[in-house]
Amino acid sequence: MSAPLVRLAGLEITATLPDGTDRAIVRDIDLAVQPGEVLALIGESGSGKTTIALSLLGHARRGCRISGGEIEVAGHRLDGMTEQQLRAVRGRVVAYVAQSAAAAFNPMLPIMRQVIEPALVHGLMSRETAEDKARALFRALALPNPDTVGDRYPHQVSGGQLQRLMAAMALITDPALVIFDEPTTALDVTTQIEVLKAFKGVVADLGTTAVYVSHDLAVVAQIADRICVLRDGTVQEEGAIDAILFAPQQTYTKALVTAAAPRAPAVPAECPPRSPGEPPLLELRNLVAGYGGQDASGNPRVRILDDINIRIERGKVLGVIGESGSGKSTLARVVAGLHAPSSGYVSLDGLPLEGDIRHRSRAELRRVQLVFQNADTALNPAMTVGDAIGRPLSFFHRLGGREKRAEVLRLFDLVQLPASLASRRPGELSGGQKQRVNLARALAARPDLLLCDEVTSALDPVVAEAVLDLLVELRRELNLSYMFITHDIGIVRSIADQVMVLYAGAPVELATRDALSNGAHHPYADLLMSSVPELRPGWLEGADSAFVLTQGREASVNGGCRFYSRCAVARPGLCDTASPPSRHADDRTITCHHDLDDLASGLIHAA
Amino acid sequence: MTTSIPVTPAPRKRFRPRFSLVLGSGVVGFWLVVAVLGPMVAPHSPGQVVDLDVFSPMSSAFPLGSDYLGRDVLSRMLVAARYTVFIALIATLIAAACGIFCGLVAASGGWPDAVFSKMFDTVNAIPSLMFGLVVIASLGASTTVLIGTLALVFTPGAFRTARALALNVTALDFVTVARARGERLPYIVVREILPNVLGPLAADFGLRFVFVTLLLSGLSFLGLGVQPPNADLGALVRENIAGLGFGSSAVLVPAFAIASLTIGMNLLIDAISARRAGGGR
Repeated sequence: MSAPLVRLAGLEITATLPDGTDRAIVRDIDLAVQPGEVLALIGESGSGKTTIALSLLGHARRGCRISGGEIEVAGHRLDGMTEQQLRAVRGRVVAYVAQSAAAAFNPMLPIMRQVIEPALVHGLMSRETAEDKARALFRALALPNPDTVGDRYPHQVSGGQLQRLMAAMALITDPALVIFDEPTTALDVTTQIEVLKAFKGVVADLGTTAVYVSHDLAVVAQIADRICVLRDGTVQEEGAIDAILFAPQQTYTKALVTAAAPRAPAVPAECPPRSPGEPPLLELRNLVAGYGGQDASGNPRVRILDDINIRIERGKVLGVIGESGSGKSTLARVVAGLHAPSSGYVSLDGLPLEGDIRHRSRAELRRVQLVFQNADTALNPAMTVGDAIGRPLSFFHRLGGREKRAEVLRLFDLVQLPASLASRRPGELSGGQKQRVNLARALAARPDLLLCDEVTSALDPVVAEAVLDLLVELRRELNLSYMFITHDIGIVRSIADQVMVLYAGAPVELATRDALSNGAHHPYADLLMSSVPELRPGWLEGADSAFVLTQGREASVNGGCRFYSRCAVARPGLCDTASPPSRHADDRTITCHHDLDDLASGLIHAA
Repeated sequence: MTTSIPVTPAPRKRFRPRFSLVLGSGVVGFWLVVAVLGPMVAPHSPGQVVDLDVFSPMSSAFPLGSDYLGRDVLSRMLVAARYTVFIALIATLIAAACGIFCGLVAASGGWPDAVFSKMFDTVNAIPSLMFGLVVIASLGASTTVLIGTLALVFTPGAFRTARALALNVTALDFVTVARARGERLPYIVVREILPNVLGPLAADFGLRFVFVTLLLSGLSFLGLGVQPPNADLGALVRENIAGLGFGSSAVLVPAFAIASLTIGMNLLIDAISARRAGGGR
């Protein structure tokens, strides 16, 4: 084998803690990347993956320093270089693609100026040559309108396009090494697949050597040649992609692979069959909600949710999926009473529920509890977690003194936390522990319905897995119903009895889990399901992406199908002018102009 | 990972004496002690003429010299410090209490926000020194009026700060959780919001104390502050301004006192906010 392009030997990075002591956050890292190879650094937050990736730029974040070891990239020894020397290397020898392209671009400058800047700064080519090269890269990255996209400003292109434009910026100098730092983590799955395809294509075409940082094993499986698993700043296991995925050696790697694999469907809770006259626990009928005042017909100017009809039976789980901006969170807020609907009907156990929280009774409030995504902001940092869990007990159940303390301890036990944590503040807990406290606080009210808004998406995969197991168990023990809002189809598949797919505020498909596992029927739901990366190399090549077909299509004007501009099977003339009808079958309802049977048989997809 | 990662206790801070912290708390503490004990140890009555000479320099009989009427500067300083420190402290306390209360209520939105914001903006629009002049000229210069005026002038600032801080906290999910639970406003304000803004509010309190001291001294310098025979530090500067030409201690000492009190307070605030920021998560 030839000499490695990147060589890390005994790398150690030290952080200075607030009290002035030093702690090694990354140590004993020995890595080598061959030319043309893509190495993935994978691990949970705090495992040091980004810290190591940044060290390849000779950079250490504020409060950290590279305290030992050798860093060699394409013959340059980066350790011990001065800032001056590093500047000649950065963007020229090593380029960096950050997680958030939206934050990395300057909103005040056109894209082209920013993309060619590295080439001009390093004096590599003239402005004209650089612009030609940038356009070639835009084409290679499958950007729409490659000749003119550079004249736009960052806010005028989508998030997925911006991410690809940032890759073009990194590649313009033909760097020896490109560092991708979680470039698709902030994207929706349907966008992620486009970006991944573009990255993979360009990396293969140019023979780029890359280091790809991610926490998502399935994504990494598509793009990397080798994987390096990190934990607590040390290498756990390193090997070729198949070896890691199919024959992991270390316990931690095994846990990681298990967490990334599709979850087995949870056994549905055994709940007594509903007597004929009994109303569903929660029912929404013709619900419309939005922002920005009302127009002449009494509808909100900006419609976030449009004509939502769902029912959740006692003990059942409804999964709500959709991409960002589809109105999932607004749905939870409407049910919780935090956002009054402009029309429609919400009922709990057959009794109508007021839209505004101030008009709901305490008993109604108790029965519906909201669990937020981010436990960091959902817990009051100034309150001990014991007090946080105790408050609903005194508020809803008038418990106090010894009774309350005993109940708090019981709840700690229920969410599998040691009782000794009760006197801690949230800042002293790990992410998973905080999310359990967050859950325990909601459970303290003894609710019938839990609204879970992305409760696992801020957690590392292994931790998220444990929290999900807990949710499944709690549901069985307490006969709870969940409205489970997520963008992660894998989770919905495993935990939900029924799934609603939202697109731009309207339900496009509502199906039972079993029906959905046989394949989604609505074109958008189908796209969403097939965009989730699978844990096997080569999946990306097999996945077909609809976006090429629909490039440049105008969004439908008033009244048409919302998905028209992105739909691979849309019929111009019908789909863009008329609102799609609802079509019902035994186990699913979809909103589409196509016939259910045609969609199911795949006839339309072939067209 | 939840169970396998040992929860590290909050990093204990080693005590690192900071220059500004020691100096600031020393100076502020000194003036507090003077304000409390000063008049009891004063060698002379503040209004008594004890020296035949005026603007006499420091001597063993008069450690800080004598003033333009031949009164003992040390005795007058001890009384003036009490007036300045206590008037400023009480006025700041009232301003901060009113401002923080209204600010936290306003941060919850609705009509209280509109009413309080407009009201305090109106007060804020009047130049503070001018406002003080008018009020005191019409109501007379008593200690009560002084405190009331100063408190009123500085309430809008405290209100704005408290409201802005509370708005940031109100946007966080745990406040939404409390609202979704059906909690009433007092609980949300006192238990959820207030503990998370106390640090910056304390710093703001110190800063406002400095402003009050300076405005009080300014008013007194114009003759509208504490009335003779008593005096505050600003009044001492004014009445002895003629001594400036001789470099008399009667004017330099109170001027220096105002400067040291305000600078000391500033150092203390800086040190405390730096510690909070350093010890933050």
